[in-house]
Amino acid sequence: MTVEAISTGSAGPVANSRSLVEQSLKRRYAAEARFKAYGIGAILIGLAFLVIVFASIIQRGYTSFVQSEFHLDIFLDKEVIDPSGTSDGNDLLIADYPALIQDALVTALKLDPKSRTDVRLAGTLLSANADTAVRNFVLANRDQIGKTVPFWVLASGNVDSVLKGAFDRSIPEERRKLNDKQLGWIDSAYANGLLAKRFNTGLFTFGASSQPESAGIGVALIGSLFMMLTVVLLAVPIGVAAALYLEEFAPKNRITDIIEVNINNLAAVPSIVFGILGLAVFINFMGLPRSASLVGGLVLALMTLPTIIIATRAAIAAVPPSIREAALGVGASKMQSITHHVLPLAVPGILTGTIIGLAKALGETAPLLMIGMVAFVVEYPRTPLDPATALPVQIYMWATAAERGFVERTSGATLILLAFLACMNILAVILRRRFERRW
Amino acid sequence: MDMSIQSTQTKPAAKPAASTSPKLAPKVVARDANVYYGEKHAIKNVSIEVADKSVTAFIGPSGCGKSTFLRCLNRMNDTIPGCRVTGSITIDQQDIYDKSLDVVLLRARVGMVFQKPNPFPKSIYENVAYGPRIHGLTRNKSELDAVVEASLKRAGLWEEVNSRLHESGTALSGGQQQRLCIARAIAVSPEIILMDEPCSALDPIATAKIEELIDELTQNFCIIIVTHSMQQAARVSKRTAFFHLGVLVEEGDTNQIFTNPTDPKTQAYITGRFG
Repeated sequence: MTVEAISTGSAGPVANSRSLVEQSLKRRYAAEARFKAYGIGAILIGLAFLVIVFASIIQRGYTSFVQSEFHLDIFLDKEVIDPSGTSDGNDLLIADYPALIQDALVTALKLDPKSRTDVRLAGTLLSANADTAVRNFVLANRDQIGKTVPFWVLASGNVDSVLKGAFDRSIPEERRKLNDKQLGWIDSAYANGLLAKRFNTGLFTFGASSQPESAGIGVALIGSLFMMLTVVLLAVPIGVAAALYLEEFAPKNRITDIIEVNINNLAAVPSIVFGILGLAVFINFMGLPRSASLVGGLVLALMTLPTIIIATRAAIAAVPPSIREAALGVGASKMQSITHHVLPLAVPGILTGTIIGLAKALGETAPLLMIGMVAFVVEYPRTPLDPATALPVQIYMWATAAERGFVERTSGATLILLAFLACMNILAVILRRRFERRW
Repeated sequence: MDMSIQSTQTKPAAKPAASTSPKLAPKVVARDANVYYGEKHAIKNVSIEVADKSVTAFIGPSGCGKSTFLRCLNRMNDTIPGCRVTGSITIDQQDIYDKSLDVVLLRARVGMVFQKPNPFPKSIYENVAYGPRIHGLTRNKSELDAVVEASLKRAGLWEEVNSRLHESGTALSGGQQQRLCIARAIAVSPEIILMDEPCSALDPIATAKIEELIDELTQNFCIIIVTHSMQQAARVSKRTAFFHLGVLVEEGDTNQIFTNPTDPKTQAYITGRFG
């Protein structure tokens, strides 16, 4: 059989086979090139959407990480704060701090304290919740009463808009929220350092507020943390135990088949259904409090269970049978072969599945709406039974508000949530890499 | 406790290899053993006696049931759903399928080496120490160290690994891994070692080493080896059993089986006409 024989195609049953192959090759290569182009196109479209989403969130949200504050030397007047001289807690709580701050601002802006219009206009530059910081300081440092102390106090949302360039000065004065006089004060205060944009720690520490400048995700963070703890403590042990039993011990029969199908179905049940279940069972039947992060955690744990069970079963099934045989062969009991060999080898898969399940739970909103976690909660929850909100729910609530401060906070909180999710996913990858064994 | 360590070291001198006599009670006896995988009848009425302190080879074409029968001897088939064993299989006159027999104890007495080397993904030391540790064979670390060293020496691996006992067992070469698995099996001081095609994944040099090792181990253990290689069976075993389609066709002295088989099927197989 020579090369010539092949090239003429005379050897086989098909004549001209070589030229026929050449023709079809062209078609085959063209199909391959087209397929590659589709793939690249799909990836580019996906990336483009991702970039657009991130760009718009960041562009709208980055300003929420700074906040306008006045730097004021406030005279903690004993007559106002503690008229009885007894340092009585109640007196200190109800004292007229806003007046003290307003006085300090009027002095700093070099206004005439007798002009009631100017004093009133200056007062509107301050946040309605500017006094919280001062009151807390006085309650913690009673020996400072009667002295002058420098403070950073919150400016109002309108002032914040001006500093962030979101205030339209071309609108006629009578329809603006700030008049020319106030704008003049703001400009000069900003120029001489009396007013500045500072890192917004309040975004992370404050609870709910009707004023955007004093609203934060503090309560939501604690609520989400409590819920994640509940999910980890409940769903992980139950899920891993269920998966181990189903994979290693359960007989393969109709009942286990039905259980398996149902677990897979549960993973696909819409999350709002779990919310309705939580409302009916945990709140109405078991009488747990509404808006509590414990209930939220229970609901999310139920929702996460199928994910963890499926991931764990896959991880256990992926452990080579030869390892089990080796352990049984030297006389390990079934339980020993599992706890000593199978489970350690399945850990990376279990961890990955768990973290992905947790990330899903962290971003879940719908079931929490059903159990009343859409609440206006100002105080930090101290236990999982106290009312709380969650990060995604906080975003949802801010998204319904119209003020510019809330709009930027919506995007800011979204960025924080995305950062948490990214951290969890990176952690999952790192853990998988670290614990992965090859054999 | 000390006995387990000493026994592995002092026995070879005490008993010369050639002393196996047919007068001794056989170690393993099967009477009309049948194995079913669900509907499939994998082993049909197998009766065989296996002598102690010798090597018995099971040969036969693929799917003839020799591995299945081997795995009955330490009840490894229990792990396969739908597997059923009837008839009687005894070790030292004790029925191993009796309800009162503890399967974990059985497997401590009947060690196994598998076709593909399967060390645990742990250190070499941990691989060998695992068995003694779970059975509580040693009281302290120094005893355990001694067992590990003795086992690795018996498996002919000590010289190669003594400086890196705490490296992963999976980093060794295929032949070394298989000897590590043998050391792991020896470490629990079993009476019988089952080997399921231990050399089929190894190169000829590693195979030669394992065969040498089997030769030495026969002084202390009853060894049953399943092999595809008739040369290997001829080299290492004292007696050979030929299986075909789940039936034990012929069993006898290795010499006799390979030179003068009584059954025409055995004749056909060893001369390479099928299988």
